[in-house]
Amino acid sequence: MEKKLVNITVDGRPIAAEEGRNIVEVAKDNGIFIPSLCYYPHIDPPLGSCRVCTVMANGKSAAACTTLVKEGMEVLVNTDELQDWRKAVVEMMYAEGNHFCPSCEKSGDCDLQGLGYRLGVTVSRFPHLFVDRIVDYNPQRMVIEHNRCIRCRRCVEEVLTDEGQRVFSFQNRGNTTEVGVDYEQEAKLTQEQAMQAMNICPVGAILVRGKSMARPRGERKYDHADSKAEVPLPKIIALKPHLRRKKIVATTSLAGCFGCHMSMLDIDLGILDLIELVEFNKSPINDIKKFNKRCDVGIIEGGCCNSDNVEVLKAFRENCDVLIAVGECSIWGGLPAMRNFVPLKECLVEAYSSATNNVEGKLVIPHHPDLPEILDRVYACNEVVTIDHFVPGCPPDAGHIWKVVKNVLFGETFAVTNAEFKYD
Amino acid sequence: MKKHFPDEPLQSHTLDMLWEVQNEKGYIPNADITRLSARLGISEIELEGVASFYHFFHRKPAGQFCIYVNNSILAEFKGYRDIVSAFEKATGAALGGTDASGTFGLFETPCIGLCDQEPSALINFYPFTHLTPAKVAQIVDGLRSGVGVEFLSNAVEDNIRYTPEPDKTVLLRAFEPGSALEPLLRLAPDEVLSVVKESGISGRGGAFFPTGLKWELCRKNESDCRYIVCNADEGEPGTFKDRVLINRLPGLLIEGMIVAGYAAGAARGIIYLRAEYRWLLPKLHAAIEMYEHIGWLGADAPTKEPFRFDIRVQIGAGSYVCGEETALLESLEGKRGEPRTKTFFPVERGYLGRPTVVNNVETLCFAARVMELGAEFFQALGTPVTRGTKLLSVAGDCNRPGIFEIEWGMTVAELLELCEASDPYFIQVSGPSGQCISAWDSHRRFAGEDLLCGGAIMVFDHTRDILQILRNFTAFFQHESCGMCTPCRAGNFIFSRKLDKMARGLGSLQDITEMQQWAQIMKRTTRCGLGMTAPNPLLYAIDRFPEYFEKKLDSTRTGLNRSFDLESALEDYRDAVQ
Ligand SMILES: Cc1cc2nc3c(=O)[nH]c(=O)nc-3n(C[C@H](O)[C@H](O)[C@H](O)COP(=O)(O)O)c2cc1C
Ligand code: SF4
Ligand code: SF4
Ligand code: FES
Repeated sequence: MEKKLVNITVDGRPIAAEEGRNIVEVAKDNGIFIPSLCYYPHIDPPLGSCRVCTVMANGKSAAACTTLVKEGMEVLVNTDELQDWRKAVVEMMYAEGNHFCPSCEKSGDCDLQGLGYRLGVTVSRFPHLFVDRIVDYNPQRMVIEHNRCIRCRRCVEEVLTDEGQRVFSFQNRGNTTEVGVDYEQEAKLTQEQAMQAMNICPVGAILVRGKSMARPRGERKYDHADSKAEVPLPKIIALKPHLRRKKIVATTSLAGCFGCHMSMLDIDLGILDLIELVEFNKSPINDIKKFNKRCDVGIIEGGCCNSDNVEVLKAFRENCDVLIAVGECSIWGGLPAMRNFVPLKECLVEAYSSATNNVEGKLVIPHHPDLPEILDRVYACNEVVTIDHFVPGCPPDAGHIWKVVKNVLFGETFAVTNAEFKYD
Repeated sequence: MKKHFPDEPLQSHTLDMLWEVQNEKGYIPNADITRLSARLGISEIELEGVASFYHFFHRKPAGQFCIYVNNSILAEFKGYRDIVSAFEKATGAALGGTDASGTFGLFETPCIGLCDQEPSALINFYPFTHLTPAKVAQIVDGLRSGVGVEFLSNAVEDNIRYTPEPDKTVLLRAFEPGSALEPLLRLAPDEVLSVVKESGISGRGGAFFPTGLKWELCRKNESDCRYIVCNADEGEPGTFKDRVLINRLPGLLIEGMIVAGYAAGAARGIIYLRAEYRWLLPKLHAAIEMYEHIGWLGADAPTKEPFRFDIRVQIGAGSYVCGEETALLESLEGKRGEPRTKTFFPVERGYLGRPTVVNNVETLCFAARVMELGAEFFQALGTPVTRGTKLLSVAGDCNRPGIFEIEWGMTVAELLELCEASDPYFIQVSGPSGQCISAWDSHRRFAGEDLLCGGAIMVFDHTRDILQILRNFTAFFQHESCGMCTPCRAGNFIFSRKLDKMARGLGSLQDITEMQQWAQIMKRTTRCGLGMTAPNPLLYAIDRFPEYFEKKLDSTRTGLNRSFDLESALEDYRDAVQ
């Protein structure tokens, strides 16, 4: 039977759509992108759990995936406000879970990550919650990485045994809601069904043993798709031009691995052009240890794990006009923040007593007035001082870093493409 | 009286099955999960998912005597901590666990609807009010010496403090059983609908949807069966009006449901009673039996048009969000109480996919009075938008906490005087999901045209700390969020972290701006009313009490983040190297 057509508008554009279809689908058919994560075309009714598809329908905010088009409906998708709300929801997922993209099997194939690129998420506006979650190795075919689960519910609805029993189900409620696995039912899944479960999970929370790296890096969904598309980055306010003098840049590596600094040097001969334009002050690049001039830009790699990091970071804030946090560690803690789930004392005991390379039974935690003191957890730089710009990546692409720096210094307009914008 | 209707699927019995085990064994052991999931034909994890959603179901032994102390803000201000300590001391159980012998389990729970007689607690779901540490010791002694909980439990007062003049009192006037049903002998269902619509009454559960229209929409949807669901989940902290209605006028409620059933073309009624009110169950059962006995329930009723109606009661299991109508329906179906998407209204697809009217207790009682008194009675009562009267539950810093039946249009000042609040400072209207007002608002009127109120009024005086109130509310929402959608699940958590930070004196002006912005995002992106209203306390408090927040904040702009406290961040290390 022919479906009835209804007339709607999307951002003012008239569109004829089949009655009873949802806004995500209708928009897609008409070339309008609405972000979605939990939505999976054949889960009916749609789950409406992630809320990244929020739009306005007839003046009211609503999830596009669960809103069916009706005659005369006025839909707004791309207002500044709506774009910001949707981005905020994605940022919330990053703040709520523990997404260490550099160590994730799904990186490059992950829908959350892909959406982060597409929406230009450089930092989460929300404080990272660092909730301790487990990795469950009990299932026979799978490993469940709870740190990455965004509770989209797809697995709950879609992964059933041949007898129609659920393998996954939400447990608890509120912020302790998590996906529970029925080990008995999981054992009944065929390899194909298990693979289907891994593929349906939008993030790297469901991994099938031995198969999670089946598709190599470089050949993944978001590795090349849209690689030329521009990432909508937050506006950068360029510094007022100084006459006569070279711009001055300082850099430091706090609790990082120097990988970001290596990446900065990755512009190869470009560095020579740069030296023509800017002068380096305090930086490991030239080994100047103390600020001796006011700087235009400070580039920070790494977060704060000890009192020295905090002091250096504060000195950067005091001596630089603009601070740019470069890399995951400076933006939210990154890999060093993996210790944030464990009380400091336990970490120290593990490192200085239990670890195999220590003299048995002896616990000496290094401490000396000359040694920095260790913080209770790793802090993101913007928890300690105000940071002006963020360049994500582990490490970030050299092109991305210098584009941002040059923009701040000289107001050069620039575009960063998906290929240059990376979390891993 | 039925425990379930014959046409309900087995899965609708899930909550009852879990209760049976919980009541018998004090927790739900794995073996019972295995047994029951096999019986229900679902996987164990699915049943565990249901059990773990409701906080009165325990997966670990929770004591032969299970004690729940109310942790609402009203209780907090009336000595909640001391009561918990007294219980800990007397029972040997630490909060959140049991004593070594497993005799006592001690837990906290959000508002149990006894706000006018705090501090209060439930022991094996029997109420204990006006607690003092000495009383706690006595109660525990009594239990140890073998006295039944039911004998130690004290009578709950109704505390009716005010009704308008007799010819203006609606809900709390004398009740003559049958007076709401008598018109049904003469009127056809659509005539009943007209009367209810004409009276102008709207829902008392918070959304104020026109009641007659809701019933009519339900009736218009073709179906083999329609349902009337009475929402007796009364979970909004500070609200206890439904408790008093059920305790005092259970018959009025049943008559209201019969009227609704007749008008909406429903054959089945279900009362979803929160577990915190299980002590009211005998009242409801007696009332249902009485109406069965006189032939209005469970048999062809003597109505003008053929009509047969049945009512059963479903006990909840501890979850505020189950008061949200679609979550309530999920819960009735034996599932996790997760609100549905808003693709369909319950009157279109409700319980078991059938057209369903969900109405609050007070709404149904009010509808019964409309039939008894006639639509004209309400013409001149109340205000044009909100006709008639409203029950308010008032508690907190006032001398006369309790129930006030006010005519819509009463001013805040009048109410504060009636309840003898001598130093009102921060007044929370409609519970945490509502809004706060200050002394500046005392000229305002409770009415659809001005200040709507779902039923709760909490009065706080100048000695109370606003931040403590906000932290209690946010913790409540964090605990009660169903966890289904990102912005509510994570948002409430983020807010509570922020408020903790402020409480440590580390708040900045930026925190306030951020919270205001994030609150807007949450309001617009969450899936149900819980998430939409959860940021209200913060938003309204910032708006109404700016001077309070200014005092709490540091507005110097050094670029250094005041909330980062180096000394406290180093405490663990200094401790470890010691
Ligand atoms: C989080 C949440 C909790 C609610 N709790 C209750 C409740 O405890 N009792 C109630 O009657 N309505 C509650 N409601 C409102 C119901 O969803 C629904 O609107 C109401 O039961 C309809 O009845 P009425 O039309 O008679 O007001 C709640 C709504 C939300 C969003
Ligand atoms: S495990 Fe994956 S599919 Fe399942 S809820 Fe979590 S993110 Fe979604
Ligand atoms: S707003 Fe909160 S309670 Fe409502 S669906 Fe979302 S998580 Fe659940
Ligand atoms: S895609 Fe619509 S709510 Fe997740």
